[in-house]
Order: sequence, then C-alpha cells, then structure tokens
Amino acid sequence: MDEKKRGFWRWLISSVLLRLILIYLPRNFNLASRPEVSTPLTSLRRLAEGYWLKQSSISPYAGSMYHGSPLLLSLLGPLTVKRIEGQPDHLLCSLVFVIADIISALLIRATGQTLQMAYIQSLKSLDIVDLLKSSDLLSSGDIAALVYLWNPFTIAACVGLSTSPVENLVVILALYGACKGLVPLAAFGWVMATHLSLYPAILIIPVALLLGYGPDTPPRKLFLQKGYGKNGDNHSSDNCGQQETYQSKPQVIFSWRPVIHFLLWSSLWSSYVLVLCIISVKQHGSLWEMFQRTYGFILTVEDMSPNIGVLWYFFAEVFDFFRNFFLIVFHLNILFMMLPLAIRLKHRPCFLAFVYIAISSMLKSYPSVGDSALYLGLLGLFLDELADMQFSFFLFCGYIGVSLLSPVMHNLWIWRGTGNANFYYATGMAYACLQIILVVESVSAVLNHDRKLRKLSVTKLQDGKS
Amino acid sequence: MALPPRWTFLLHLLAILLLLSSTKTFGSATDTEAEEEEFHEELLLKPLPDRKVLAHFYFETGAPPSNSNGHHHHLFPKAISQLVQKFQIKEMELSFTQGRWNYERWGGFDTISSNYAKPPGVELWAVFDVPKEQVDASWKNLTHTLSGLFCASINFLESSTMYSAPDWSFRQASGSLRYGTLPREAVCTENLTPWLKLLPCRDKAGLSALLDRPSIYRSFYHSQQLHLTSKPSDLEGLNLGIVLEQTLTVVLDPSSQRTSLTHISESYLQPSWSLSSIFGRKVNGKCVLAKSSNVYLQLERGLVAELKKNENYGADYIASEGFDGETSFELSVNPDRVLKEENSRHGIGSSFLYEFSVEKYSNSKPFDLGLTWKFPVIWSCQQAPLHSSRFLMGSGNENGAIAISLKSTDLNDSSLGANGASDGCELHVNIFQVVPWYTRVYYHSLQLFVDDQPKAVGDFVEKMHVLPSKDKISPGMMEMVLKLPCGVKSAALTLEFDKGFLHIDEYPPDANQGFDIPSAAISFPDFHASMLFPRNDSLKKSPMLSKFQEKSHVLSYTEVLLVPLTTPDFSMPYNVITITCTVFALYFGSLLNVLRRRVGEEERLLKRKAAGKTGRLSELLSRLSAKLSGRSQEPAQSPSNSSSLINSKLLLKVLLVVAFAVAWQYYFI
Repeated sequence: MDEKKRGFWRWLISSVLLRLILIYLPRNFNLASRPEVSTPLTSLRRLAEGYWLKQSSISPYAGSMYHGSPLLLSLLGPLTVKRIEGQPDHLLCSLVFVIADIISALLIRATGQTLQMAYIQSLKSLDIVDLLKSSDLLSSGDIAALVYLWNPFTIAACVGLSTSPVENLVVILALYGACKGLVPLAAFGWVMATHLSLYPAILIIPVALLLGYGPDTPPRKLFLQKGYGKNGDNHSSDNCGQQETYQSKPQVIFSWRPVIHFLLWSSLWSSYVLVLCIISVKQHGSLWEMFQRTYGFILTVEDMSPNIGVLWYFFAEVFDFFRNFFLIVFHLNILFMMLPLAIRLKHRPCFLAFVYIAISSMLKSYPSVGDSALYLGLLGLFLDELADMQFSFFLFCGYIGVSLLSPVMHNLWIWRGTGNANFYYATGMAYACLQIILVVESVSAVLNHDRKLRKLSVTKLQDGKS
Repeated sequence: MALPPRWTFLLHLLAILLLLSSTKTFGSATDTEAEEEEFHEELLLKPLPDRKVLAHFYFETGAPPSNSNGHHHHLFPKAISQLVQKFQIKEMELSFTQGRWNYERWGGFDTISSNYAKPPGVELWAVFDVPKEQVDASWKNLTHTLSGLFCASINFLESSTMYSAPDWSFRQASGSLRYGTLPREAVCTENLTPWLKLLPCRDKAGLSALLDRPSIYRSFYHSQQLHLTSKPSDLEGLNLGIVLEQTLTVVLDPSSQRTSLTHISESYLQPSWSLSSIFGRKVNGKCVLAKSSNVYLQLERGLVAELKKNENYGADYIASEGFDGETSFELSVNPDRVLKEENSRHGIGSSFLYEFSVEKYSNSKPFDLGLTWKFPVIWSCQQAPLHSSRFLMGSGNENGAIAISLKSTDLNDSSLGANGASDGCELHVNIFQVVPWYTRVYYHSLQLFVDDQPKAVGDFVEKMHVLPSKDKISPGMMEMVLKLPCGVKSAALTLEFDKGFLHIDEYPPDANQGFDIPSAAISFPDFHASMLFPRNDSLKKSPMLSKFQEKSHVLSYTEVLLVPLTTPDFSMPYNVITITCTVFALYFGSLLNVLRRRVGEEERLLKRKAAGKTGRLSELLSRLSAKLSGRSQEPAQSPSNSSSLINSKLLLKVLLVVAFAVAWQYYFI
C-alpha cells in the first residue's frame, strides 16, 4: 500500500515537473494561440485585454474581447500584467493553473476513493465480492487522478494559458463535495462552475442525486430483492430505521434534507457571487451587460472562429433566417437527454455527472481540449464499471489520430492556405463522432455492468435459497 | 413705320432697367447687410520635384444667411442647401480620391498636403448641429442622400460597423462628429459629373472647362472634395449662411503626355508644360457668374531657395519681385502680380505666387499658361516633422500586428534645432486609427519603440482613448497623443490583432482579395501649415489664398492596409448543415437507443435464438404470418372504438401545434 502511494506521489510530482519544463520552454509551442486550447471564453490573452480595459476605466466587456467572469478577471487580471525579470511572461498565471490542476487531481483521487469504498461496500452487501479483482495495482481514484494529470489535453490546457483548469477545478470541487456529503462545498463548486462556464448548471441533477442517494451503487432493486430474499419482512423496518442501518446497508431512500440544504446553500452562494459581480462591474457597466456578454455570448454563438466543436462552421454557413431555430435546437439537444439519463442512471449519480459533462463538452458552443480533459479524467473513476466497454482501443486510437490531425489541418488551412475550411471541419466532425461513441458506449457498458450484477446477485440468491 | 420697333425696343429696355433698379432698391431696403451669393473659381499650379505638376482647382460658392429669398438661390446649388437645412450640418467634408499622395515627394507640410491630400476611396466626415442622440440618425440619412447625389456607394457608411465618432484626435467636436471611410470605392466620371453639376457654369466655361476627364483619370493622384461649412444665422437659425468649397487636386505628369520628342539631354531638365499640354484644353475666359477667376503658379520654398542658389542673385531676386531677371524658367504669359510669402518661422526661404487673372481672356484669345525650364533644377519639398507609414506584420490568417512607424525627416532637425530647445522640447503626434471589427485588436499588446528601443508605453503616451470594437456592431477606434522628444530619429508602435471569421453572407463577392483597414490619420498639433502673405486687399478677394493663410494642423494619412481573411467554403452550406445535423441525430438516436434497450426482451431473444437455431426461415415466416394476421384482425376490431379516440388525440395534437405556431409567429417574427 505504501509503495502504491509513493508511486502515485512520484507520478504526480513528475507531472508537475513536466508542466514546469513546458512553461519554461520558449513560446510554449504557441499553445496559447491554438484554437484547440484557447477559445474566446477561456483565452488568457482576452482576459488580459479585459483587465487592460478595466484598468483604463472602460468596461471590460466594452469590446467583444472578454467574455469571462468579472471575478476571474479580478483574480487573474493582476497576475497577467505582473512580469518577473528573466522569467517567461504569464509565469504566475501558469503557476496558478498548475496548482489548480494538482488540486483537481487530488480531489479526483479523493472522490475515486469514496466511490470505490461505496462500490466495495455495496458489492459486499450483495455478497458478490468475488467480482472484485484483487489484482488491481492502483485504486481507481489514483488512476483517474493520474489520467487527469498526464492527459496531454490537460497539459496543453494548463500550459497553453487557458482558464479551463480553473473551470475544471470548480466542477470537480462540486462533485467532490457532493460525494463526501459536504453540502456547502458542493453548492459553492456548482455555483462557481455555473458562473464561470454556464454549462455545469445541468450538474444540479447529479449533485442533488449524489446528496440524496449517496455515491454510486448498483441499482436499488437489487438491494430490495436482497432484502426480500434475506428476510422478507425486514423491508419496512429498513425503510424507517435507515439512519441506524446506514453503515451496514447502502442508503436506498432519497433523503431530501441534504438536497434542500444544497439548494439553500447554492442560493446563498449565488447571491454572494452576484453581489461580488455587481461590485466588480458597477464602476463601468451593469450586471445586465455582464450577463449579455458572458452567457449571451455562449448561447448565441457569436464568435465563429474555428474550434474543435462543430457549431462554428455550422453557424458560419447556415442561412441567417434559420439561425435562431438551430440555436434553440442545439442547446435543447443538451437538455433533451438530461431526463432520460437521469431516470436510467439515478443510482449512479457520479457517472451521470460524467455523462453530462461529456455531452456538454461535446455540444457546447466553444469547446476546448480542457473540457475533454475533464471528462477523460473522470472516466478513470469508473474503471470497474467500464471494464468491458466496447471500442475502447478504437476510441483511444481515434483520440490520438484526431489530436494529431487537427493541428495539421488547421495549419494547412490557416497558415499555408493549401487546404480549406472543410479539412479542419472534418477533424472536428470526427472528434464529435468519437465523443458520441465514447458517451454511448460508456453508458451502455455501465448499464450492462448493472445487468451483470443483477444476474450475479439473482443467481446468488437462488443458490442461497436452494 | 420704321420707328415703332425701335421705340418698342427702347421701351422694353427702359422697363427692364426700371425693374432691375427697383428690385435692387427693394432688396437693399429689406435687409441692408445681406450679401450676394458669390462664386469664386481659382486654380493653383505647382511644379513638383519629381517632374510632375500639381493642379489644384478651387471653387467656392457662398450663400449668405438671409431670409430674403426663402429657399431660392441664384448660384448656390439647391440640393446642397436642402441637405444642410434638413440634416443640420455644421460642417461636412466628402472626398473621392484615387491614388495615394506621395508625402515624401509632393510635400507634407503645406496646406494642400494637410487639407487636400486624402486617403484613397471615399472619406466622409460631418459635424451635426443636433442633439447627441440624433446624430447617428442624421448621419444615416446623410449617407443615403449623398450616395444618391454623387452616384457612389456612400450608403455603406450607414452601417454602424463602418463609421466612428472620434472625440478629439481628428477634429475638435464634442460628440457630434461622425467619420467614415470606404477605402475600396472606385472613383470615376460618374462621381465627377454630379460634382461639376454643383458649379454654376458646370464645365462649360471658366476654369472648370479645363477638367478634361481622360487627363484627370490618367493622373497619378486625384482627389475631388466637397467641403461644407454653415454658420447658423443669429436671428432664427432657419436660414444658414453656407459656404461650399469644391476642390479638385490632381497630380499630373506633363512628360508622359508629350510625345517623346525630348532629347536625352533634356531629361535632366524638369519637363516644360502648359495648360493645353497637361489638360489638352485652354481657358476661354472666366465663368461669367464668378466673382473672381484667377490662376496661380506657386514656386515653393525649396525651389525658390534652389533657384536663388543656382542663379546666385539672392537678394536682388527677392527685392525686384520680378521675373525679368529670371533665367532658369520662362512663363508664356506675364503674371498680373507676384506675391511673396511672408516668412515668419522657417528660415528656409519663402515661396512665390504668380497671379494671373483670367478675366481679360476670351474665346478669341484663350489663356494658356506655359512654363519652360531652361536649366535643370533639383529641389525637395517641405516634409512633415515625421514621415509616417503603416504596415502589417505576421503571417498566416490567424493573427497579425499593425505597426505604425514614424521616421524623422530633415525638417524636424533643422526647424526644431533652430528653436533652440534641445532637451526639454517635445513633439506631439496625434494618431487616429479606425480598425474594422474583424481585426480584433488587443490594445494591451501595444508596444512602443523609440529609436528602435522598446519603451514603456506610459512614458510617451500622453493621452489615449480607445473604443474597442464590437463584433458586427462597431469598429474599434484608437485616439492617441504621443509625446516624443524632439531629437527622436524614429518611433514605432505595434498592436497585435486576431483575425475574425465572418458569416458566409458577410464576405464580399471577391472574398479572397482581403479586407481593408482604413488609413490612420496622423497629425502634428505643434505644427501649422500656413502661408502668410502681406496684408493686401486683393487677398481678401481670393478665398483660396485666405484659406491658405488659415492655420491648420499638419496632417498626413497612412497607407490603407489589406488584410487577407480566411474564407469558409462558399459552396458548402447545405453539406455542412446536413452533415452536422446527421452527427447530432447520431448522438441523439444512439444514446436514446442505449437507454431504452430492455434486458428482458434481449434475454428472451437470446433464449429464442438458443432454442430455435434450426429454422430462421420458418421463424421469419411465422412472424410474417402473425403480423399479417394481426393486421387482418386489427381492422376488424379497432376502427369503431379507436377512431374517435385517435381522432380526438390527433385533433388535440394538431391544435397544440397550431397554437405553438401562432404563438411563434406572433412573438418571434
């Protein structure tokens, strides 16, 4: 166990060292200007421009440069102008992002450990412990944290001066808080994540489920069956006396108390954030302007500069008459799948959160590799459930292929002028397809895993009865 | 019987005379100080150092503020006066320019270069006398009117992405100034004709008869301008005193228009020219409606100094103010007067103006001024303190940088050195730059290089006003006052920008040609371009010379920049829409499929497969028969009971859809 731990820390430190080396490399491979890394929302350069405008007593939202949060502006803005002699520009910001990455990795690790404990617990209570392979070298939390840290996407987003490490951090914070049952922390994470990038707003469902049901478990039916199988009349007592049996038996009933606490806390945090926003923007603009420039900019895909998503080219080409229609359709597409997923995966709120994050990072208006880094890191949390996922090798190769091809196509189109926009759009398309396959396959793998568990427990039950 | 016609004629004459006198007395009785509408025509010719000739036509029509004749005018074009009254224009300038003024060779420190050298294409600015919130509306209407008047696409300036409102760097006007340029507007005769129509004599008589279209449009540079100034009358503000200045500045090459009979030895000589050789026409007398009609020939300071040096008759030349002693050139017509500039500050020399009055010439004796050089002369023009140029840096279609470089000219050293102040003196430079929104400028990336050394921006920028661009709404504008030390050799400032991506409809038909960034205006508030002439009555008569005497900032425009932007594939909209929607459908369909797959059914299927591996065909057949039978049974049972139910449901659905459609139509469209 000690050796495992030491291994984890060694890998963590070496990932930090790698980041530092990359930061000190001259010009960072121009990562900061890559469209894959810095979108109009996450670009630190735009943040610096916003800060400059604010310093020269103009509203930071006066031009169409900055579209981020005013709080991030007042946090990171002073760091963008501070230069240390002989050190690379934006060193302080890069350090902040490195720290954010480390914290996120540690939080992922802690979340993973909680999840794994819950998983083992539930398997034990179902008497199917033999499913667990004791040959696991590292726990899924450690693996997820290391996947997050060593993912080239994460490294690119961290070194490439985009604010997505911070956005990822608050999303992970919300999940961690919800997993551990720390309601104020979860509420803070959720409010901040929503404030920073709007799309995490849909995480309210998984977070509420997490708080209500506790971490991921196999379907509730199994426990009920188990309960019936063991002692048929114990069910009612199980229901009312759940507080006492909390340790021994996984929680089955949705408890409203933490959810209401969560709602209260999040309203508190959001009013606090709003007040802070008002204070920081009131000198030069209004809150309404801020909403228009941040959320309005996200929702009405105004900037059509290329990114790895599919919407930029679509809205650059679509006829103006249909623009509003398609805006509604594409944004509803994210919301449409929320309810079916929530119904089907309500016993696995953490996985549900992962699916939501993956879907929103695929369909959002300005996606970047930082978003992919987040859901790929979270993917590591569900190692046991996703053990027999299909197409995983194909997906792995696909991700590598796309991330190699995309810069090449971009170069051909933008810099050399020998290719055209369709080349780059094609890689975006392929990337979207890969993400779709990933989401669909992971969901089906988890559902299959549940089926397998059920089958096992049913046979166990029958064995036990006979 | 022979007398009556003569009598009647005399009577007629008498009647007309009486009428005339009565109207005159009546007019003078009603408003004594009301002046007549006036029209002046003038032409300035000036040999340029690079063997070219500058011709500057100046027409001024003035309408005095008077209520006597309502909306009627004798000379003043009615269209313009209506324009001024309708849009409450305080001042307006419209210029159509082709070619670029060569500041290094044609001068950068005189009234012509700072007032009449304009950026290529169309430039329009106007100051309105309306409340601030109505300025934009007035501007929009004005652009449409002007575009109709001048057959040009000035109406494109209507869109808010095309114009800006400079505060102080371009011209002092608090908030009511609008400025817009169309760098790519092609200027042609269709713009000149309506411009000429505003003149009382059109191009039929007077100096405007010289305007031969082929020679104008063959020129290196021509700029046709319209400048309006109106002074609200004190009484009611209804009728305005308007002054309309129309100028046409042409730089012509006299040598190219001559047949190549010149000897090689003559090539050192400046080319000799005459009005008929450069315009192909002569002046057949003045326009009868013009109050004054003069032609001036200007020899600028540098040239005079050079002549003095060459001929070595220095003081004698100036004292005599004559041209009989002159040996290096010859004029074909004797000037009526010679004006010598009163030199106040610059110790270089003073320029000479030869004045020719066209009034005494007629059809039978046309005016044809010619200048023949006898000795080669080489001189240079007076330069602006800093020569400005602008260029793009970077490659690729993603980002780049704009650089404005200012290089000191020799004038700077000499004139400021003469001022005596060595360390304490400062040179102020106003920079006014408008960038269209699709070049997203990072103003925080402003870098300043003074004498090729990077310097802190705060040390040299005295004042800066930035209006960042808004996507598809407004262009970015930068106004800046640089404060440079006098001995500065060069200064440069760079601004980085990202290139934007436009919607497919926003690209012009020739999208791959690139987009223009309009010229930046760079002015030097410490320097004034003016020529001072000895006070004289005759000067008052000439509006052009009085204009030359006015102090104006030295102003120069930089180059127009051409920015190539990436283009989407214009032939692809349908493909993109279908492919993207397919991907979305793929996502939606497959995810939903995974979610609603039932385990029980699958297991049943597996069992069935395990059980009946033998006959797939039979299975299919049985299924088919079941389906058929089901169908055959169904119509027997269902129609009576379910049709009403289905119908009501269907009706409800249809009604819902209709209601939604109506609501949509009502609220959103």
